Amino acid sequence: MRQLETRSHQLGAKYRKFLVGRTGKSPGLVHIWEQFWRRLTLVKVKRAALLHGDRMFNFILRRVAVAIPTLIILLIASFWLMQSAPGGPFTSERPLPAQVLANIEAKYGLDQPTYVQLWNYVVGIVTEFDFGPSYKYKDRSVNDIIAQGFPVTLTYGVISFVLAIVVGGVLGMAAAIRQNSWLDYFAVGITIGAQVLPNFVMAPILILIFTLWLGWLPGGGWNGGEWQHLIMPVIALSTSYMASIARLTRSSMLEVLRSNFIRTARAKGLPDRTIIYRHALKPALLPVISYLGPAFVGMVTGSFIIDAIFGTGGIGYFYVNSAFNRDYAVMMGLTILLGSMTIMFNMVVDILYAWIDPKIRL
Amino acid sequence: MALLEVRDLSVKFDTPDGTVTAVDGISFDLNAGETLGVVGESGSGKSQTVFAMMGLLAQNGNATGSVKLDGQEILNLPLTQLNKIRAEKIAMIFQDPMTCLNPYLKVSDQMAEVLTHHHGLSKSDAVKRSVDLLDAVRIPEAKKRINMYPHEFSGGMRQRVMIAMSLLCKPDVLIADEPTTALDVTVQAQIMDLMSDLQKEFNMAIVLITHDLGVVAGSCKETLVMYGGQQMEYGTTEGLFEMPTHPYTMGLLKAVPRLDVESAKLATIPGSPPNMMNMPKGCPFAPRCDFADATCFERRPTLDGVAGRKVRRRACLKSLEELA
Repeated sequence: MRQLETRSHQLGAKYRKFLVGRTGKSPGLVHIWEQFWRRLTLVKVKRAALLHGDRMFNFILRRVAVAIPTLIILLIASFWLMQSAPGGPFTSERPLPAQVLANIEAKYGLDQPTYVQLWNYVVGIVTEFDFGPSYKYKDRSVNDIIAQGFPVTLTYGVISFVLAIVVGGVLGMAAAIRQNSWLDYFAVGITIGAQVLPNFVMAPILILIFTLWLGWLPGGGWNGGEWQHLIMPVIALSTSYMASIARLTRSSMLEVLRSNFIRTARAKGLPDRTIIYRHALKPALLPVISYLGPAFVGMVTGSFIIDAIFGTGGIGYFYVNSAFNRDYAVMMGLTILLGSMTIMFNMVVDILYAWIDPKIRL
Repeated sequence: MALLEVRDLSVKFDTPDGTVTAVDGISFDLNAGETLGVVGESGSGKSQTVFAMMGLLAQNGNATGSVKLDGQEILNLPLTQLNKIRAEKIAMIFQDPMTCLNPYLKVSDQMAEVLTHHHGLSKSDAVKRSVDLLDAVRIPEAKKRINMYPHEFSGGMRQRVMIAMSLLCKPDVLIADEPTTALDVTVQAQIMDLMSDLQKEFNMAIVLITHDLGVVAGSCKETLVMYGGQQMEYGTTEGLFEMPTHPYTMGLLKAVPRLDVESAKLATIPGSPPNMMNMPKGCPFAPRCDFADATCFERRPTLDGVAGRKVRRRACLKSLEELA
């Protein structure tokens, strides 16, 4: 531990030099930064030591290194695909006069060859963190749209995600532990129902019941994320994931409970509680965790229906509409955002995996 | 009174296709410090017999009969009482050390929890005691290796860990369900030696399940031969090997490869074990028996004593003269 502390201190010192050299910030600020960095790295170092020592650092570095080319490929491929789709942002049913169209395209640089546009786009991102203008909403940039829509999506996405894990996990575990009881049948029945009911059906039903009949909840809108506005989107979004997680947890728990090492634990005379929490839980969660990566991304991105029906104004709505409108920059910006989130969350899943399964080395 | 008394132990499973009788009327006695060998082909009900004793049957399994440990009935005890006996008085090691240790927990955690749970030791005391036991089963550098995960041990070492873990509470009876089957021959010998050393040290009774007759000959005082869930023959190991009185035992002994006799082909018992779903009416071995006649298919033999032999019992309709 002592060694690790020294190490984190060295890292902190390095950054201090970097900071003072670059920004000439006041020593007070640097001191605060230093304290912050020390804390941060110490937590990280301790955590890493708990896992697999320095392997953890190397793993994250390696993954980030791989993520960069992945993102570049994603960027080039989607840019090219998007441009090769017929039509453009200014195509409409009543075509613009040729000269007007040419002028507009020249203004946005759309008259240039694809690779030049791509180059300009990348340069814009790297130098100014500018993801370009929206062609559809002419007074807003992509950065504006993301800044407005992403917090919304993230809010109800993360709440849905947590809810799906907690409720789905507990339901699945309870069903497995009491296999063939009424609780099990109830859980299996309700999860099948929840899985076959798509959210574009569930959302209107929810509105019908809670808004029109009971009048308890507002039928749409966001209103700064008030809880009344959150309930229905969260339910509509999380239910099918909840059901999947419950079914996954149940089946993997059942399998683990039948395994040889659980029999050993029983032969050791351990009470059921210990057997389940200490011996069965971790292995039973492995398949569930590998599902969490796609589930998280699904909940944070696949919310076009939620945005459209509840008028929440998240990025899901913009994403799909940008594709229809050939709103190139919005589409690219969101693709990059969601792509990097996917990569990041998969990394988190891998780390969780290694934390649970000692046979996996990062 | 013997330490372990098993009387008429039967195990039935309810399956969608009907009731399967996996074990049918097994009885034996076992004294402290002695080893009983249970032999038979795969599927003869050896493992289910001991699972029933430990209360480890699958959910659809049903055990009847009586198992008395130190005079106390332990068959079908409620779980809370059973958990006080498991590991404390009767412990078990399993066939496949690769899958029988929890791959997600360190050996130290898996061993220490037995002592913290049963004896209320603190974690550090429990680990200390576990290290002693790992030393006793001759795991080198036990103090260091106890902090490893099972996959970091070889197969033989894992079985040693299993043995050490089962002995933590100094049980009176150790059930070893094919403890060496998954191991190679040299490691087998080491494990068997280790078990007999530990048996002397702890004065344990051992029920040793195996299909390796060599293992039985080397370590068991008495032997029980099972076939189709039933007891075929019972006797002192020495006597049984010297003069088997049941056609199945004879077949088993003939099938042991020998170095001193040159023969082109390994002797086998023709045919295959009976379908437990649909047991023949008569002797379960009759369809494969060289000596069987019509009555063997009709009447089920009872387990009777053999004249002139104190411990020997056999379940065969044929007289000894007819088999000679």
